[in-house]
Amino acid sequence: MKTAVIVFPGSNCDRDLAVAIEAVTGTAPAMVWHRETELPAGLGFVAIPGGFSYGDYLRSGAMAARSPVMRAVAEAAGRGLPVLGVCNGFQVLTEAGLLPGALMRNAGLNFVCRDVALTVENSQSMFTSRYGAGEAITIPVAHHDGNFSADEATLDRIEGEGRVAFRYAGPVNGSARDIAGVLNDAGNVLGMMPHPERMIEPAHGRSDGRRLFEGLLESVGA
Amino acid sequence: MKTRVYVTLKGGVLDPQGKAIHHALDGLGFAGVNDVRAGKMIELDLADSVSEAEVEEMCRKLLANTVIENFRIEHPAK
Repeated sequence: MKTAVIVFPGSNCDRDLAVAIEAVTGTAPAMVWHRETELPAGLGFVAIPGGFSYGDYLRSGAMAARSPVMRAVAEAAGRGLPVLGVCNGFQVLTEAGLLPGALMRNAGLNFVCRDVALTVENSQSMFTSRYGAGEAITIPVAHHDGNFSADEATLDRIEGEGRVAFRYAGPVNGSARDIAGVLNDAGNVLGMMPHPERMIEPAHGRSDGRRLFEGLLESVGA
Repeated sequence: MKTRVYVTLKGGVLDPQGKAIHHALDGLGFAGVNDVRAGKMIELDLADSVSEAEVEEMCRKLLANTVIENFRIEHPAK
């Protein structure tokens, strides 16, 4: 299956993501530079990697969200193309208005870098179909700005619509309602702070992240 | 024309940096600080043709994230 990973100046998880995607899909993704104005044709899905795009200037993800390639990503997402944003990719998607809320500085002000326990809240999405509802999984986080914030009405709405994909099993960064991953209303855009690409084979300690890519591959139908 | 944009966190939004600054002020022995909120100031040097509405659009589209932040536009030299 053809896939793409977006690369911004300062992205640093783009190659990890590419390795994970190739391991699952069998094909290396196209690495698409931020200045591109179009995505390659015939993509199964697009992934936006972690890192520090544009040095986190202004706000994490703020500059990347306004880059030329993100206009193409937003347009493709509007047509239903699945988009996965991990860590800085999640920040970029909220800044671009493709996902609700914002990711603020961690409540404890510390950079948090460790494995965290997550609960799969929605196992029906195109990203999470290989997990069980309420399943406990472990995936690492590494971020300074992962404190998910939105007003109460927005939080109630996304909870009610089953758009919380993953929740931290315990407090990690001050996120409202311990939200770790959020879907858009159509269900084809997922942003999450934990890094599934860092836990895809036994050598990583666990392979809990692998099923996200497998589920996505299956949903897209290749 | 120099224009200043002040970006601050909305009232209900927890400000971890403000809290840390508050804590440090307490540690330095400054009593009577009730609360600290941190924000940022962005200075724009604008052509005279730029309208107030355009500056507001700049704020809404990029300079502030209106999900969590408010902005205020000031023209010091005017």
